[in-house]
Amino acid sequence: MHQEYTVIEGDFVNAGKASSSVKKTLKQLNVSPQIVKRVVVALYEAEVNAIAHAYGGTVSVDIEADKITMVVADKGPGIPDIALAMQEGYSTARPEVRDMGFGAGMGLPNMQKNVDKLNVTSEVGVGTTVEMEVNFA
Amino acid sequence: MTLKEIAEMLNAEVCVGEERLSEEVSTAFASDLMSDVLTLKDTPILVTGLCNVQTIRTCDMAGLDVVIIVRNKKPSEEMLELAEENDMMVMASPFSLFKACGILYAAGMKPLY
Ligand SMILES: Nc1ncnc2c1ncn2[C@@H]1O[C@H](COP(=O)(O)OP(=O)(O)OP(=O)(O)O)[C@@H](O)[C@H]1O
Ligand SMILES: [Mg+2]
Repeated sequence: MHQEYTVIEGDFVNAGKASSSVKKTLKQLNVSPQIVKRVVVALYEAEVNAIAHAYGGTVSVDIEADKITMVVADKGPGIPDIALAMQEGYSTARPEVRDMGFGAGMGLPNMQKNVDKLNVTSEVGVGTTVEMEVNFA
Repeated sequence: MTLKEIAEMLNAEVCVGEERLSEEVSTAFASDLMSDVLTLKDTPILVTGLCNVQTIRTCDMAGLDVVIIVRNKKPSEEMLELAEENDMMVMASPFSLFKACGILYAAGMKPLY
């Protein structure tokens, strides 16, 4: 099953639309609640990053019998040093983002904790792509 | 303790989820930082001063379904609709975060960590 969503820069009101839709789908497919939580938390973190740090982008989700693959691709400033960005506590979040309750530098490390496979690729001035995979069993 | 007891102790108005008042809860977490809520291993009730749509959305994603908003902040229609859609309970208390947590702790609510 394939699903696609668009996320828009600065659109915090709709941040999480893709993740909540995926949550509903996985529940209907009877995926265990623990796995649903890992999937939607990681996807939500990536979605919020595309809205907060980039100029929006697309979320594409593929659900197979044994796993889910999620790709969040944005057009944005890119991440100059991915290893640094992956460190807990590193954040360049703007005040508006902090006002929304984000910007602790915990998102990328939290994605890493929740998924079975994480791949972040980025080109400065072009954008960032976050690919994640979670196995159902 | 029950959510009804909590609402009474905190002088809180139940905004949505009235039907859940008889439910028992035992652990609580307090934060204004949604980044932090997303890292929780369990699903305690949340006491928070952050009153926006992201508060509700984050709790939904993290599986938390009871949100207590402190300091007399009034949740928006949009927040309450989203909460209702996801079977969550939202209460609003006039107390400060510190006072609300102190009362709950003294009454025996357990911290998550
Ligand atoms: N899609 C992106 N485009 C550009 N920069 C990004 C992107 N995602 C992350 N970053 C950079 O990496 C940093 C760390 O991201 P991370 O998600 O770990 O923390 P945060 O978003 O700043 O705060 P939190 O996720 O705790 O709310 C960001 O502050 C930003 O500098
Ligand atoms: Mg983040």
